[in-house]
Amino acid sequence: MAVQSVEASPAETTHPAASAAPVSLGPAVALSCRECGERFALGPIFACELCFGPLEVAYELPTGDPEALRQQIEAGPNNIWRYAPLLPVPADVADQPNLNPGFTKLVKADNLARELGVTGGLFIKDDSGNPTHSFKDRVVAIAVEAARAFGFTTLSCSSTGNLAGAVGAAAARSGFRSCVFIPHDLEQGKVVMAAVYGGELVGIEGNYDDVNRFCSELIGDPLGEGWGFVNVNLRPYYGEGSKTLAYEICEQLGWRLPDQIVIPIASGSQLTKIDKGLQELIKLGLVEDKPYKIFGAQAEGCSPVSTAFKAGHDVVRPQKPNTIAKSLAIGNPADGPYVLDIARRTGGAVEDVNDEQVVDAIKLLAQTEGIFAETAGGVTVGVTKKLIESGALDPSLSTVVLNTGDGLKTLDAVAPTTGPTATIRPSLDAFRDAGLAR
Amino acid sequence: MSVKVRIPTILRTYTGGESEVSAEGATLSEVIADLEKNHAGISARVLDDTGKLRRFVNVYVNDDDVRFEQGLETATPDGAGVSIIPAVAGG
Repeated sequence: MAVQSVEASPAETTHPAASAAPVSLGPAVALSCRECGERFALGPIFACELCFGPLEVAYELPTGDPEALRQQIEAGPNNIWRYAPLLPVPADVADQPNLNPGFTKLVKADNLARELGVTGGLFIKDDSGNPTHSFKDRVVAIAVEAARAFGFTTLSCSSTGNLAGAVGAAAARSGFRSCVFIPHDLEQGKVVMAAVYGGELVGIEGNYDDVNRFCSELIGDPLGEGWGFVNVNLRPYYGEGSKTLAYEICEQLGWRLPDQIVIPIASGSQLTKIDKGLQELIKLGLVEDKPYKIFGAQAEGCSPVSTAFKAGHDVVRPQKPNTIAKSLAIGNPADGPYVLDIARRTGGAVEDVNDEQVVDAIKLLAQTEGIFAETAGGVTVGVTKKLIESGALDPSLSTVVLNTGDGLKTLDAVAPTTGPTATIRPSLDAFRDAGLAR
Repeated sequence: MSVKVRIPTILRTYTGGESEVSAEGATLSEVIADLEKNHAGISARVLDDTGKLRRFVNVYVNDDDVRFEQGLETATPDGAGVSIIPAVAGG
């Protein structure tokens, strides 16, 4: 099949840390620095040795008849591997032991739309339907294939909770050892979910940024040699998994771009990769080339990106997180500057809501659509409401809001204000006396 | 003031493969200047053309991110540990 290069292609540099043998990861041809454009051979590296900028996967993507590619995708499995021709994975990826995440529901949220006054169509991309109930299964699935290609035998990560569970599960299924690191004070649901798969789970006395720093030091130490850290040395591949959210949303909309998308921001990687996925679909001719707006959502207690956006800055000043939305509690977001670029380029915005608004939004989504979101979903729904009220988000346009995880993981957030209506004796009189007869 | 500096993998070509080196200086700025004296070229990897920390470099003095302190003017007391870490991890 003919190919097209989607990145500029200056001379490639082989990084000394990269695997000596060339690897085959489908259409991926190199790693490219997002800051300075320097290219490196595919390998387990993540930062540019010239400028420290983030490396991302450069591709030779299929060209030719978009209709043929569309048919090939539609004939594929009901998971992210239907998009294998656009991902850094081997051609036989669907035959490898993997959790096969993706193709989660895009729910037309008419009740919530009425509540919020949206007339252009409101959709929830509900990623709680993934194998470990968060979008992290998508990114981990890609990282597993990279880890296999580079010969790693241990999978690891720094995690705010969801990722630890996704790595533990993927490692168990795919035959890797796992050792994952989390802040010591996470929600019980996430801790148990991360531990149940049998790998090692280590609580670090500190916040996520402390955990992340620890992992970055571990990877440069002989203690971490031979480890595939999905969101450190495998991060360029891992991040690409979030493109599948863009692909699915457009395919589920009948191969159309939404007008507006509201995406949660932790490190910002997911938002930047959804934008990358949308751009790829346009270049491939799979969707019409038309404007879309990307909105980022943060919790007020950890809002470095929205603070920078509102102040007109292009530098993100780190914060010390203090919010119930722990899966978004990254005070020093690696991709923050790129989120600002994308929100401004597309005419979107970055906004935040406080913890009370997060809880209200979780309940609003549950009570209108029957979807129980984790706190990150409360953040996106809450920010959507706020953006509509401020006029930044146009209710007459089609809008997709991401729910990236399951509310069962963050019960602590809603438990204090959510419980039984009444507890009664098993008698009709008691039922009547409690005022429950309608 | 003598400090220990942890060097990330991508800068170890400048330190002969060493993951930790000693440097002198009362502030981070002076420490980086001293590193440059002994490991020529390393300063331009950590600082941009205007002499500021590159935006994708995190530097810690002991456990403190210098962006929460005084940046390049953060004090580096005798015996402190300085860590230079790529910022593009996590998430």
